[in-house]
Amino acid sequence: MAKELIRFENISKSFDGTEVLKDLTLSIHENEFVTLLGPSGCGKTTTLRILGGFETPDKGRVMFDGGDITNIPPNKRPLNTVFQKYALFTHMNVADNIAFGLKIKGKDKDHIREKIAYSLKLVGLEGFENRYPSSLSGGQQQRIAIARAIVNEPQVLLLDEPLGALDLKLRQGMQYELIRLKEELGITFVYVTHDQEEALTMSDTVVVMNQGLIQQIGTPEDIYNEPQNAFVADFIGESNLIDGIMIHDCLVNIGGLDLPCVDTGFGNNNPVDVVIRPEDVELDADGNGPIKGTVISIVFKGVHWEMHVESSIGITFLVQTTEHFPVGSVVGINVDPYNIQIMHKPSSEDAQVFDQLETIPGEDL
Amino acid sequence: MNRSRTRFLATPYIIWVIGFTVIPLMFIVSKSLTDENGSLTLANLLAIFDPLHRKALVISVLLAFLSTVICILIAYPLAIILRGSRLTDKNLILFILILPMWMNFILRILALQLLISNNGIINNMLGHFGLPPLAIINTPAAIVLGMVYDYLPYMILPVLNSVLAIPQDVIEAAQDLGSDKKHVITRIIIPLSLGGVGSGITMVFVPSMTEFVIANILGGGKIQLLGNIIEQEFTVTRNWNLGSGLSVTLMAFVLITSLIFGRGTEDTATGITL
Repeated sequence: MAKELIRFENISKSFDGTEVLKDLTLSIHENEFVTLLGPSGCGKTTTLRILGGFETPDKGRVMFDGGDITNIPPNKRPLNTVFQKYALFTHMNVADNIAFGLKIKGKDKDHIREKIAYSLKLVGLEGFENRYPSSLSGGQQQRIAIARAIVNEPQVLLLDEPLGALDLKLRQGMQYELIRLKEELGITFVYVTHDQEEALTMSDTVVVMNQGLIQQIGTPEDIYNEPQNAFVADFIGESNLIDGIMIHDCLVNIGGLDLPCVDTGFGNNNPVDVVIRPEDVELDADGNGPIKGTVISIVFKGVHWEMHVESSIGITFLVQTTEHFPVGSVVGINVDPYNIQIMHKPSSEDAQVFDQLETIPGEDL
Repeated sequence: MNRSRTRFLATPYIIWVIGFTVIPLMFIVSKSLTDENGSLTLANLLAIFDPLHRKALVISVLLAFLSTVICILIAYPLAIILRGSRLTDKNLILFILILPMWMNFILRILALQLLISNNGIINNMLGHFGLPPLAIINTPAAIVLGMVYDYLPYMILPVLNSVLAIPQDVIEAAQDLGSDKKHVITRIIIPLSLGGVGSGITMVFVPSMTEFVIANILGGGKIQLLGNIIEQEFTVTRNWNLGSGLSVTLMAFVLITSLIFGRGTEDTATGITL
């Protein structure tokens, strides 16, 4: 793993008595694409704003490259931000927007002109120097905002839901562009979004947050395949979240039925959360399988069909398959033991944090 | 909705404008172009070059300019401080600022006269502390003070509005790119609020330039603004032709200034146009 660049140490922050961040500790490494992912109000934007210098934490400190930057104002930090609503200077043309930071640093004219041309080329808007922001589309404005930030060669680029205001097609295109940009620039990206697809597509590391707490840190694959708690499983992709009882290692009981699984270390006869992804539920047209079910609804989703299947064990499964089963058909339900995810039931909010503290440091720090 | 059905709603206003603006204006213009016998002449318009009138015009422009600059210098810091403050109720501050506007402006000027006259409240208080009296009354300074006192809200409102309308993330973007506080003010806040200043200038400069009541009360009749001369031509000398000629000249001046400063307002949606 690359060298650690940023470390949030025990950050807490409240607004008007509401605690937005609760003792957050997080490491970000050099040249890493980290995404803070979570629903609105989870504290992800506050975390980014603390890193950008726009908010001061109530408790804790922010370390950057070994130095404490907690109380350094934004204009003195070696990082730049791309804002959700672009925040371009409407009274300046594109070239002056991009040159803004370089002029403050007192770079000479030729250098600035070269850098403007280079950064416009990077974002695919060559020749836009003399245009004004008001004459640009949303996508073009966001590219200029990115050019304006990266032209300063920051060590870290902060992106606050930068694609949130763009339409779907443009958003998908920009995702690939951001990945390419990061590779060309070779700098650290800290990205904030509530869109799990964005997070999974672009990130090296995803930090899932909820209610001011980190729920899970991992690669997109980890987060999707091995969610650590019910919140993550539910937030990332779609899932069947079922109450179960861990009979013993590798055997879980749901709805009165014992199913083999591969998880261990959950004790004997303990209540657990069971997650089964909709694409992992296999349906058998001849009715063969440990669980019997009846299709109660079916919707075409493009790549697959999405069904609700009422089962004999009292659970309605969400199922995605490429096969079509008419409503009312009786099917057998199979789940591969590898596709049954077992998770601890959090006894309280704090219990979730302690889970984190036990698992994360060993992995990353 | 049918346009012809709604158009009649403008009738009261059209009658008002024709009766009280268009017809008097035509009357003034026709008077300005004729002498007392009714024959055509340019003498009334050229009368502005008469040394007495020229001096009055220069003083009018100068005092109006000074008042406008002072209003800007007061309004901008206030707007920037209010923007930066964490006060949740900016409307309350705004209310306090525009409260004087609820009072008749002649009353306010008379009150100001009481305050700053040679035996007024301020000089009495200064005397108590053994300080020398201020001899402001009947000076150009008193007139400027009166103009600023009267017209300041008309500068504060549009300036404050346009400063408050600048999105917070634009200011944060500037800080993020390396701007310190001063740089943010000169490069972001001021350029982005020029529309409001344009409106403010129009609303302060124009009435200040045509002012004569403040000059009468606080200037003691010693300082002649062009407005005072026009007033006298109509009411004392009864030379309506000359009064009209000077009025038209002054109107042309006002129109030019409004055009210059009004243009900025169209470009930026942030300024209020009144």
